[in-house]
Amino acid sequence: MIKIDSVFYNSVRLDKSLCKGCINCIKRCPTQAIRVRNGKAVITKKFCIDCGECIRICPHHAKQATYDSLDILSNYEYTVALPAPSLYAQFNNLEDVNIVLNSLKKMGFNDVYEVARAAEMVSEMSRKYITENPSKKPFISSACPSVVRLISIRFPNLIEHLLPIAAPIDFAAKEARRIAMKKTGLPSEKIGIVFISPCPAKVTAVKSPIGFESSEVDAVIAIKDIYQHLLEYMKDCSISPEDLSSAGKIGVSWGKSGGEAGGILTDSYLAADGIENVIRVLEDLEDQKFTSLEFIELNACSAGCVGGVLTVENPYVAKAKLDRLRKYLPVACNHIGSENPDGVFWDKEIEYQPVFTLGADIKESIIMMATVEELCSKFPGLDCGSCGAPTCKALAEDIVRGVAHERDCVHLLREYIHKLSDEFTMLDSKTEPQNDAEE
Amino acid sequence: MSDTIKLKYTVSPDDFTRAGEASSDIKSKLKRMGVSPEVVRKVAIAMYEGEINMVIHANGGEIDVEITPDEITMTLKDKGPGIKDIEQAMQAGWSTAPDNVRNLGFGAGMGLPNMKKYSDEMEIQSVVGKGTTVTMKVKM
Repeated sequence: MIKIDSVFYNSVRLDKSLCKGCINCIKRCPTQAIRVRNGKAVITKKFCIDCGECIRICPHHAKQATYDSLDILSNYEYTVALPAPSLYAQFNNLEDVNIVLNSLKKMGFNDVYEVARAAEMVSEMSRKYITENPSKKPFISSACPSVVRLISIRFPNLIEHLLPIAAPIDFAAKEARRIAMKKTGLPSEKIGIVFISPCPAKVTAVKSPIGFESSEVDAVIAIKDIYQHLLEYMKDCSISPEDLSSAGKIGVSWGKSGGEAGGILTDSYLAADGIENVIRVLEDLEDQKFTSLEFIELNACSAGCVGGVLTVENPYVAKAKLDRLRKYLPVACNHIGSENPDGVFWDKEIEYQPVFTLGADIKESIIMMATVEELCSKFPGLDCGSCGAPTCKALAEDIVRGVAHERDCVHLLREYIHKLSDEFTMLDSKTEPQNDAEE
Repeated sequence: MSDTIKLKYTVSPDDFTRAGEASSDIKSKLKRMGVSPEVVRKVAIAMYEGEINMVIHANGGEIDVEITPDEITMTLKDKGPGIKDIEQAMQAGWSTAPDNVRNLGFGAGMGLPNMKKYSDEMEIQSVVGKGTTVTMKVKM
């Protein structure tokens, strides 16, 4: 039980009181994980990849992400903020990252450790790994948890192409804890490692880690939650802030699409962003439509992490701001020594989770699939969503899975009612002459 | 109930944007049937190559797919020009694809060789001027 729960943890939640039962989210979900049942949206956890598309589209704000509040700082004796590079892209005319980092300290954190710093080391490790393992090409970036989750449930043939290296946040958390323990002499549990995140998928990645048994991140706070507080403190920090920054172009660029690939220092790459585009690339990769590329960078959000659903700024404006900021930075400020640092390589394999399988075995599944086809030919093919499923095909699959009924289709229901009323009329006309005869 | 499922696809001529629709659909269905990833991969690649061939050379055609718990049979039928020399066509790198097709990145002469490579059995029946039928089997 515990294993199932940890495998299928989700950080997207529904506020039932706000949900009107409209079809916006079911239509938008890239894995068709949502249904409207009894007038409310229901997420099937095992299908959800935490991409946040439903949060973006919901006009009633009923879909929400779960994350921690700033109050969590009081749980620890010493806290370290881990700002994502995308945080820097939220502010107008930011000339110096130090203003943001100092403001985080003013806000209550004891120290900061930039995720961009760890990202530079992850880039270096990735370059090394790619050079040493040319036969495993093309490498697929594993930094976006939604993409990794998507691959693990839908693209089993591509699992072996995932770069088996820690995402920058995971490596940052390890390093931040190590440094904090050394600095303070405190035991691990008294130190709070807090990620300032652009997206809910990272919340899931903390509760249900990718490639590792456990995560070193203790809490995740949303960029949008601290944005206003931070602006207040930034006013005070703008004049000669303490030099806390230690990341260059390569690290900071991870916040936008193409940034990670840039750090690989290869011409042979593609960078796709936005979940629908990501799926198209994965489909083509699976069919081996392109095999010569060295590196495939995939981000579930448009424009990359700056497009995360917990950010404030328009993704493309944020990307432009990040480009402006990185112009004045050195190429890189962090390097690994000749020895590989601990905790960079995954210690747990990613397993295929065939969550979409219909039956218990192939024989049963074939019979079920034949029924799906038969049902689809009965349905009008309008994909209207009135039944609560995103498409007629999805409804057909729900029916064979035993969680929906043919008459959930309003069009079939209408036909059925017509038939029923015809039968009543017929019955009525049949009974009338008998009544006459009796009289 | 029968444990065989039969599917039919139409491949439209001269439409590269739609080539791959059939292989994409079969891929998603096989995954839902719990077929092993390796078999899914073989079927998807073999069928995609077949579809592309039908678009490039044969003005489209029809694909019949039959799935049983033991094997997947794909029959690709077209009314195209037929293949003059099957042995030669099977050689890696041999291609009769026109330049405009090659400019799109197709026509590398790997279509039939890949179809053979990724299927467990393959049979080609072709009559010049009448058309070609390729039957591929992939074992579960």
